Amino acid sequence: MMHQPIAKHRPPLRKRLADASEPYLYSAPALVLIVAVMLVPLVLGISYAFRDIQLLNPFSGGFIGLDHFRALGQDQAFFGALRNTLWWTGASVLLQFTFGLILALLLDKPFYGRGLVQALVFLPWAVPSFLAGLNWAWLFNPVIGPLPHWLYALGLLDAPHNILSDPNLAMWGPIVANVWWGIPFFAITLLAALQAIPRDLYEAAAIDGAGPVQRFLSITLPFLAPTIAITVLLRTVWISNFADLIVVMTNGGPADRTQIVASYIFTQAFKRLDFGYASAIALVLLVLLLVYSMLIVLLRQTMLNKG
Amino acid sequence: MRSGKLLLTGAHRLAILVYVVFALFPLFWLLKVSVTPNDLLYSEGVRMWPSRTTFEHFQFVIAHSAFPTFFKNSLIVSGATAVVVTILASLSGYALSRFTFRAKYWIVALMLITQMFPLVMLVAPIFKMLSPLGLTNSLTGLVIVYSAFNVPFATFLMQSFFDGIPKDLEEAAMIDGATQFVAFRQIILPLTLPGIAATLGFVFTAAWSELLFALMLISGNDAATFPVGLLTFVSKFSVDFGQMMAAGVLALIPACLFFLLIQRYLVQGLTAGAVKG
Repeated sequence: MMHQPIAKHRPPLRKRLADASEPYLYSAPALVLIVAVMLVPLVLGISYAFRDIQLLNPFSGGFIGLDHFRALGQDQAFFGALRNTLWWTGASVLLQFTFGLILALLLDKPFYGRGLVQALVFLPWAVPSFLAGLNWAWLFNPVIGPLPHWLYALGLLDAPHNILSDPNLAMWGPIVANVWWGIPFFAITLLAALQAIPRDLYEAAAIDGAGPVQRFLSITLPFLAPTIAITVLLRTVWISNFADLIVVMTNGGPADRTQIVASYIFTQAFKRLDFGYASAIALVLLVLLLVYSMLIVLLRQTMLNKG
Repeated sequence: MRSGKLLLTGAHRLAILVYVVFALFPLFWLLKVSVTPNDLLYSEGVRMWPSRTTFEHFQFVIAHSAFPTFFKNSLIVSGATAVVVTILASLSGYALSRFTFRAKYWIVALMLITQMFPLVMLVAPIFKMLSPLGLTNSLTGLVIVYSAFNVPFATFLMQSFFDGIPKDLEEAAMIDGATQFVAFRQIILPLTLPGIAATLGFVFTAAWSELLFALMLISGNDAATFPVGLLTFVSKFSVDFGQMMAAGVLALIPACLFFLLIQRYLVQGLTAGAVKG
């Protein structure tokens, strides 16, 4: 280091203690808050999964072992919610990513008015999720929204009715809203990664006679791959837990056909006030997400080893 | 060759146009219904713009409904959360950026974990914890919960901004006799003002949008935030579309303002913070 103390004596104990504790003092307030409002409830929630906790029943609270999990094994609504979660997450991530990537590629080319266009197409990202949900619910409503009439005119619907109340189509409502809302996130992330690619690579490739498709495949994609992997993986976890749009647009209905695990947990806690059962489902969800994350880490390890 | 290039440019602009229309159409429709008089709402359902416009829905919502209260509550909650989180996150972000210490790895791990697990898990236990403290149905309770949820991401964001400032600056100040905290407050913080603004904006928007915990923790009208108020309104008077959409347009304003302020930094700043974490 540049600034060695001139005299080589050890500083007094108080000074050394103060120096050692300094980073902890900076981070303590944030840590205390995180531990008190996130970690403690997490542990409490795990304990609730093994207890009978119902808000309106003063005699509840006792330990009941694995009863919740036995009930869960019989709960058809829960298995339906698991299937719906896969469908909801898979379709949302795939569509958001595809359209986000296309948008990022379009915005990567300079053109007149790019700043304005960028602000406009990223705007949905700033719309609060509850409002995005309501907004799309209204668009799908045949009384005031145009979408059912347009879908009917295109022959996609046999009558201009609300797809949100059609058990077979209802899931598309929240998915479309989610895609609208989530495209900007992917576009922003991918655009930043695109702009970090050195431009002279493209020029060199063009001089060597590589066409646009070839340039995309052998320069753009390899450079984007790490960003794509990270954002898709993180986004998958995030979207599988994202219940706002569903709670607002369909509340899980009709007949639980849009209920995902996260919204099912919320329904159990908020509507039935059965905190014990809600926590048991939440614990299962947590384990599933952990398994998913471990699989990803393992996959990455094997890929790295191969490379 | 020339015409091929022209065609390509045309396709590019067309694709951009499709995205702009897709992004703006729902918001346009929100605005359109909010200025459509009630008697035209059903007769002119699919028209792009009503033959007559009115601001009566806005007037009603502002003068005769509880929405101004919801608006005020949301403003208080989001503003307070943004300030609290930004203060805590600049401190902890600074610690992560400038010090090497034993627990650093664990702190980062803890913050990353909080970003991964489903927050909906915490709905029930947080309600149980806050209820005996009198913090349910209170704005303070919401501020505490939202602050905790947003601190980890804000910390990483602030850390990335601090990382961009050379260390020599505070080292020079410390040679001149300043303590590190003084150097941090008087030299480093003013240099990170864009970062602080971005963090304030992010956290404000996140708190403004939060729905599930607000629904669970708030039951009366007095402490209801905008999402809770709007959803209650929707389930109670679901035919007053004009008024609901007028309220929706009002709820959009603060989020859009913040977005326009920070969107210049978005592509550089956000991803620097997010990818790094």
